[in-house]
Amino acid sequence: MTTTIDTPAPVSAPRPARRGHGWRSARSAIGTIPFFGYVAVFLIIPTAIVVIGAFRAPGGAFSWVNIKALGTSTVIGAFVSSVVLSAVTAAIGAVFGGLLAYVLVTGRPGSISRRIVTAVCSVLAQFGGVMLAFAFIATLGQAGMISNLLRDWLGVETTGAYLYTVPGLILVYTYFQIPLMVIVFLPAVDGIRAQWREATETLGGSTWVYWRRVAGPLLAPAFLGSLLLLFANAFSAYATAAALITQSNPIVPLQISGAITNEVNVGHADLAKSLALGMVVIVAIVMWLYALLQKRTAKWLG
Amino acid sequence: MTTSVAAPPPRDAARPQQLRRTMRRKQTTIRWIVIAVIMAFFLIPLLSMLYFSLRFPLSGKWTGQAWSNVIHMGSLAASDPADYGQLWTGLKNSAVLVVLTVVIMVVLLVPTMTWVRLRVKWLSRTVEFICLLPLTIPAIVLVVGLGPVYRIVSNVLSTNTIWLCFVYVVLVLPFAYRALDAGLAAIDLTTLSEAARSLGAHWFRVMWQIVLPNIRSAVVSACFISVALVLGEFTIAQLLARDNLQTGIFLVSQSDGQLAVTMSLAALILAFVLLMVLSLFSGDGRRTKGAST
Repeated sequence: MTTTIDTPAPVSAPRPARRGHGWRSARSAIGTIPFFGYVAVFLIIPTAIVVIGAFRAPGGAFSWVNIKALGTSTVIGAFVSSVVLSAVTAAIGAVFGGLLAYVLVTGRPGSISRRIVTAVCSVLAQFGGVMLAFAFIATLGQAGMISNLLRDWLGVETTGAYLYTVPGLILVYTYFQIPLMVIVFLPAVDGIRAQWREATETLGGSTWVYWRRVAGPLLAPAFLGSLLLLFANAFSAYATAAALITQSNPIVPLQISGAITNEVNVGHADLAKSLALGMVVIVAIVMWLYALLQKRTAKWLG
Repeated sequence: MTTSVAAPPPRDAARPQQLRRTMRRKQTTIRWIVIAVIMAFFLIPLLSMLYFSLRFPLSGKWTGQAWSNVIHMGSLAASDPADYGQLWTGLKNSAVLVVLTVVIMVVLLVPTMTWVRLRVKWLSRTVEFICLLPLTIPAIVLVVGLGPVYRIVSNVLSTNTIWLCFVYVVLVLPFAYRALDAGLAAIDLTTLSEAARSLGAHWFRVMWQIVLPNIRSAVVSACFISVALVLGEFTIAQLLARDNLQTGIFLVSQSDGQLAVTMSLAALILAFVLLMVLSLFSGDGRRTKGAST
C-alpha cells in the first residue's frame, strides 16, 4: 500500500542513477566475455549441433526421421539395457556405499581408518575407463588371478566370458559406484548428531524406532539424491564398456560410438545425434530430480 | 505401538551397563567386518593386476620384465613403434594435456568467478548453471557435436592431440567450479580486493597475489580432479581419433595384454601418489587458514 504511494515521488531522482548503474554493470559484464565465449564454442555449440541435428534430414530440412529411427528394436533394447544396468549398479552402489559411509562416521571421529578409506574411495571413484576393464580381465578373465585360483584349488574351470556381457558390466561398474556413493553420501551421514540417538533412547525408542522415525527420514533425501547421481554416472559411462564389449553394441553409449564410426551407412551419423539427444533427456531428468532432493538435504544439513 | 515403546526401559534398567557394552562390542565387530569386506572387494582387482603384471600368462613363469619395460618405455619406443611407441606418445600427450587443462581451467575460471562475485552478481546463477551443465551432457554425447568444432580447431591450429585440452576444460568445469566456489565463499573477497585496489594494485595483481593465495586449497582440489579426469579420459580421444594415455593402453591391449595391465596399474599408482601429494598441500592450506581466523 505505502509503496504505491511512495514510489511516484522519488521516481525522477533514482531513475538516472539506476540507468547509470545498469550501464556500469553491463560494462562490468564485459569481464565475463572470455568465459562465455569459451563455453559457447566448446559446450553450447556442440550441444546445439546434437539437438538440432537430431531433427534434421540429411538434406538439412526439419524432419522426424532420426527420432523415428529410435523406435527400432535394437535401439529400444539398448536403452532398456542401459537403464537396467544403471539402476542395478546404482542400487548396489548406494546400499554398500551407504553402509560403508555410515560405518565410517559412527567410528571414532578423525580415525585413521576413515582417512584411509576416504582417500582410497576418492581415487577409485575416478578409476573408470579402460584401466578398470583391464583390472577385471586380470581378475576374472581366462588367465586372471581368481580364475587361476579357482582352477588350482577347486578344479573349477572358468573362461570369464560373462565379463564381456551386460550382466558382467554390473559387477565391473559396482567397482566405481560404491566409492562414489561413499564420497557423495558421507557429508549427509556426517550431519547426523549422536544426540538425536540419545534423545530417542531417552524417550524410550528402540534402534528400530530411531531408524524408522529419526535417521531414516532425515537421510532419505540425501540417499535418494546420491542414488540418482550414481544412476547418471553409470548411464554416461562409456570407456569401460567399450574396452570389454567389442563385438556388439548392447548399451546406448556403445550404440552412439557405433553410429559415429559406421562409415558404410551414411544416415548413421544423424542417428548418433538422436541417440545422444535421448541420453541427454534421460540424464537431464535424473539430474533435475537430484537437484530438487539436494535442496531438501541442504535445508537441514545447514 | 505403546507396548513396544514401554517395554524396553525395564529391560535396559536391569543390566544397562553390561548390555550397552556387549552391544557396542557387537557393533565394533560388525563395523570392521563391513570395512574389511568392501575393502577386499576394492583390493582384489588391484592385487590381480599386480599378479597379472608379474606372471607370464602362458607359461606361468614369474618375471618383472613387464615392469622393467614400462620403466624403460622411452628407449623401447624407438625400437618397437607399434606397442611402446603408441604408449609413449600417449603418455607424453596426456602429460601435456594435464598441464594445459589445469592452466586454462585456472586462468578461465578464477578471474571470471571472482569478477562475478564482485561486480556482476546478477550473472552468478547463469555462470553456475553453465558450469554444472556438463554433468547432464556426458562425454559420449558431447563428442557427437564436437566433430565440426574440432574440424575448425584442426584447420586453425593442428590435428595434434594436445588441443583436446579445450574440451577437457569443459569436462572438468562442474568439479572445478564447485571446489573454487567453496574456496571463494570462505574468504572475504570484497574487503580483500577493495583493500588491494585502494592500495593501488592492478586487477591482475589482485588475482595473482591476493585471490589465488587465499583460495590455494580450493585451487589444489580443483587441480586434482582435473588431473585425475584428464589422465583417465578415453571417450573423446578415441572417437576423435587422437592418441592419449588411455587410447594407447587400449591399442596395446589388443596385442599385449600383460603390458596393458602393467601400464594401467602404473597409471593408477601414479594418480594415487599425485592425490597424496596434493592432499598434503591442501591440508597445509586449510591449517594456515584455520590458524589465521
